[in-house]
Amino acid sequence: MAQIETKDLNFYYGQAQALRNINIAMEKNSVTAFIGPSGCGKSTLLRLFNRMNDLIDGSRIEGSVMIDGADIYARNVNVEDLRKKVGMVFQKPNPFPKSIFENVAYGLRVNGISSRSEIEGIVEASLQSAALWSEVKDKLNKSALQLSGGQQQRLCIARALAVAPSILLMDEPASALDPISTSKIEELIFELKKQYTIVIVTHSMQQAARVSDRTAFFYMGVMVEFDDTTTIFTNPKEERTLNYVTGRFG
Amino acid sequence: MIKKILNNFQVGVLAVSSFITSIVVLLIIIFLFKEGSGVFSKSLLEDGYVLVVNSRNTVNSIAPKDIKNIFDQKIISWKELGGADSAIQLFSIDDISEYYSEEQIGSDLEYMDTCINNYIVNHPSVLAYFPKKNIAKKFNGKEIKVGTMGLYEFVKGREWLPTARPVVQMGILPLILGTLMVSLGAILLALPFGLVTAIYMAEIAHPVWRRIMKPVIELLAGIPSVVFGFFGLIVIVPMVQKVCHIDVGETALAGSIVLGIMALPTIISIAEDAIRNVPNNMREASLALGATQWQTIRSVVIPYAKSGIWAGIILGVGRAVGETMAVLMVTGNASNMPTTFLQPVRTIPATIAAELGETSAGGLHYSALFALGCVLFLMTMVLNVYVQVALKKKSK
Repeated sequence: MAQIETKDLNFYYGQAQALRNINIAMEKNSVTAFIGPSGCGKSTLLRLFNRMNDLIDGSRIEGSVMIDGADIYARNVNVEDLRKKVGMVFQKPNPFPKSIFENVAYGLRVNGISSRSEIEGIVEASLQSAALWSEVKDKLNKSALQLSGGQQQRLCIARALAVAPSILLMDEPASALDPISTSKIEELIFELKKQYTIVIVTHSMQQAARVSDRTAFFYMGVMVEFDDTTTIFTNPKEERTLNYVTGRFG
Repeated sequence: MIKKILNNFQVGVLAVSSFITSIVVLLIIIFLFKEGSGVFSKSLLEDGYVLVVNSRNTVNSIAPKDIKNIFDQKIISWKELGGADSAIQLFSIDDISEYYSEEQIGSDLEYMDTCINNYIVNHPSVLAYFPKKNIAKKFNGKEIKVGTMGLYEFVKGREWLPTARPVVQMGILPLILGTLMVSLGAILLALPFGLVTAIYMAEIAHPVWRRIMKPVIELLAGIPSVVFGFFGLIVIVPMVQKVCHIDVGETALAGSIVLGIMALPTIISIAEDAIRNVPNNMREASLALGATQWQTIRSVVIPYAKSGIWAGIILGVGRAVGETMAVLMVTGNASNMPTTFLQPVRTIPATIAAELGETSAGGLHYSALFALGCVLFLMTMVLNVYVQVALKKKSK
């Protein structure tokens, strides 16, 4: 059974329709890349999976989004619990202006974990998983804002991992980073997919090709094609997909 | 070429005008301190009067505080002032008719000076207080030097009686305490309401509701303070009187309430701006970790906006500290040492506003009011410097 599945999904910002009739299913422990030109709706779709778009006034959703077989837009869903299960990493690294330790511990504290030893254990494990531990273990009490951009982004990943999600949404996680930091993030995604289902929005076709198992191409709110990454990049069925991945437009 | 000259001219105009403005501001401050410093060099004795003793008296000068105690009969012997062991015999020019007949004084008071002189000569333990112009030509008394006031006495003195005779009492401690008390009370009242409103408006309120609320609250800032004072006098003062079961409603508490209401728009408006300036990605990061809206506000948004919120609070306090009219109208203006919020108090600005009209330019009282202005200036300057530091910290 697919872990994330949408059925006839339409989404509107006020009058403007941002997503049209999306039907997509993503398997557990897979990496799915969303590609497409700016404004195609790929980030919007990603943010529907943890209901981040709830915050936008006048937005409206039709159809359903199922995670682990349950409709996350049903009335009785607790949004906070959903977001614990579906972690998110944003385009621009956004650590809190707190210490490195407190950044990772934040998600634990807001979820009611107060045991110091338990928090310390999870913080270390999360920083290990995000491949940041060796770089920051001696300065956990320093401000997170002193880290480089790449380190900040891995800290944000560690922060998301600390609350033990099963799905990790990444909204162009490397677009603000230099090539070396980018390759570190990509290696990390490779490691993380053993334990997490990952959905990544990216502008970089190479990145999609390198890290993902399946790729979905979006264009003007429509999912044009969704297939194995190799198929999308070598032998797409749709001409628009071919044009995009070969760089002829977008 | 013309362009260059024009440019130089424009730059020059800017430089000169900003230079002149700075100089004027500095001059105003220098003027304030210069006038204020007069309070420490002028005699505390009523203008035109002298204190005189018998020429054999060993006491040469008396501290202003002691003079008051002598006239209040708290000090009764010269011994307490370092002189002979004899009771102080007070003599005032108003008492002259008790000692000399009208004939002796003369119908045009032409022998008054001689009579005073004789009295002083005949009474070894006298302390006479009379106008300087009545000092006889052949004067046998000894004029007592009245010390000037020190900064310590000025700031620590507990009595503000600027028109007392024969010596004035100018202790500004009750005024400083009154100002601090009213301001502190105002902030304690305004802070919770201001912060709650700012958080509600910035984070929770529907945008439409916010667009209505914000101008209404800012409108509050535009109401003249005398109107607030009037409102306080008609509404707050009777309310305080009724609720607290006291005889007089014009108290520090009433002042605090009125000032608190006046400080609200500043606090709300600046704190709200600070909260709204928190980048949205901070909120998203917190919410994406499963935090509730309240947890996000408490643990991420408010800490992030902290220095801006502080700036709002301090600007609000600044307004409260310097506010004159509304306070003058509702605090009762008794210049005694305040001990509770249910007593009348007198603040520094209210004192200046109420008393400046009664003083003679250049006199001691006049200088003292300027010195009060300096104290107020220093108080608000400390606040302003703090704001600058807080804002600088924020911009880093």
